Amino acid sequence: MNIISIILIMSGLLLLGSSRLGVAIKVVAIQGLVLGILPIVKASHELTAGVWFLCISIIAAKGIILPILLNTNLKSSGITREIEPFISYGVSIIAGIIMLILAGWMTVRLNLNRTMTPPIVLSAAFFMVLSGLFLMITRKKALTQILGFLAMENGVYAVGIGLSLEFPFMVELGILLDVVVGVVIMGHLLLHMDKEMAHTDTDRLTELSDNIRLSGEIKVVSSNEVNIGSDREVLK
Amino acid sequence: MKLLHWLLPISAFIIAPIIPGIINRVKAFFAGRRGVPILQLYIDIWKLLRKGSTYSHTTSFVFRIAPSVIAAALILCTFFIPWGSISSPVSFSGDLIFIAYLLDVARYFTVIAAMDTGSAFEGMGASREVQFGFLAEPAFLMGILVLVMVTKNTSTSGIMQHLSTSVWADSGILLILVATAWYFLLLTENSRIPVDDPNTHLELTMIHEVMVLDYSGPDFAYILYGSALKLWIFSALIVNILLPVAALPIWLQPIVFIAGTAGVAILVGITESIIARLRLVTVPKIIVSASALCFIALIFRIIG
Repeated sequence: MNIISIILIMSGLLLLGSSRLGVAIKVVAIQGLVLGILPIVKASHELTAGVWFLCISIIAAKGIILPILLNTNLKSSGITREIEPFISYGVSIIAGIIMLILAGWMTVRLNLNRTMTPPIVLSAAFFMVLSGLFLMITRKKALTQILGFLAMENGVYAVGIGLSLEFPFMVELGILLDVVVGVVIMGHLLLHMDKEMAHTDTDRLTELSDNIRLSGEIKVVSSNEVNIGSDREVLK
Repeated sequence: MKLLHWLLPISAFIIAPIIPGIINRVKAFFAGRRGVPILQLYIDIWKLLRKGSTYSHTTSFVFRIAPSVIAAALILCTFFIPWGSISSPVSFSGDLIFIAYLLDVARYFTVIAAMDTGSAFEGMGASREVQFGFLAEPAFLMGILVLVMVTKNTSTSGIMQHLSTSVWADSGILLILVATAWYFLLLTENSRIPVDDPNTHLELTMIHEVMVLDYSGPDFAYILYGSALKLWIFSALIVNILLPVAALPIWLQPIVFIAGTAGVAILVGITESIIARLRLVTVPKIIVSASALCFIALIFRIIG
């Protein structure tokens, strides 16, 4: 249990600190795998078929299918790095430490039964929710935002596992289905965004307004596209 | 028994210059070269001690006393390092913080002597050294805090004696986290490769070597010996935490301890061979990550 929570916390910090998107996807995949094992460890005294089914579906969905999907997206868009986040990586890690302290404080404040709900798992879960939220806010690339969403969802799932006394696996499976569908749609959106505008920067989505095209300021748009083109050549 | 305790720092003074030799040998092995002799640093120090020193006209007395102060601070530091359950000759409550401050005294004099030369190049190195030192400090202090909380003891020797197998079974993962963080710290403080390249002398990215460029003769010998001792101190701390030396019979402890220190040196050599030096802007990220590891250990200790 301790090792699992340490892996979860470290993966959250790694997500905050890594600029390579490929690495970030792998980290989220590892998170999914570890989360799949978590119910088995938590309910080691009563392993029902439902627990096993939940584990296998979590590992399959979060550890294998979604990362593969995001990887194909990554390959087709040809972007390997998040270059300029709103908050730099070093500061992100410091923010991560602060979020970790906050998560620990929240867990202590909840004042729960220590044997039923291990406080370490719970604070790791809170930390994952906070770090996922932080990633979604401070990163520009659409793919990183999807990863932030996934990390946050992983955190919510871990909170559920940490708090629940018995596993409501129908509910968890329903949420899992929602997440898979959501990420598939987001990935599809990302692909089309890349195809239409040659970038996946959510920061530049302000250029989408009709006025630019209608008022004939195509010059601005095209010069932007030239910039993006050269940007991407450097990246490759 | 008293004699045994005093033997520790004295043998450390004799053994310490081998550590950089081992690192160089491992690097040479990875590069497919034969490499310099393991005892090269002794030869260098002996050669330098017989030479005269040259001083620039712009320097003041600060520049001249700095090497002696640096070497003295690090020699004093060595007296506080225990080997497993054999406690150090000098030891009092909270002496790990004293060690941290002695290391800082050495750093302070390196920096202020570099500023004293009036060279812009050395000032740049000093600025970087202070920046990274400032970031590395929390990792060291947090690590100390975790160790104190795990063993409920406040002196270095006491902490290392209480790292028994039962403590390991209880909170071994915290010790591994602290040791990993302190390994990053070792690489940073001793200007090893992911942070700084000890071999380059003419590059704009170097940190420590640039600050000692102006020393010659015995002064430079003190600096070299001081940095070897610093490497010894950090690897000794890591070996003390990571290996259950204190659980072994007392005659076996020094052997295991020296083998462990050589192991850390080999690990540093391997790290230097397989990792390229980081860009200077990404270095703070690594050091802050080391502090993050210690913070994780601390939070686990408090709430777990």
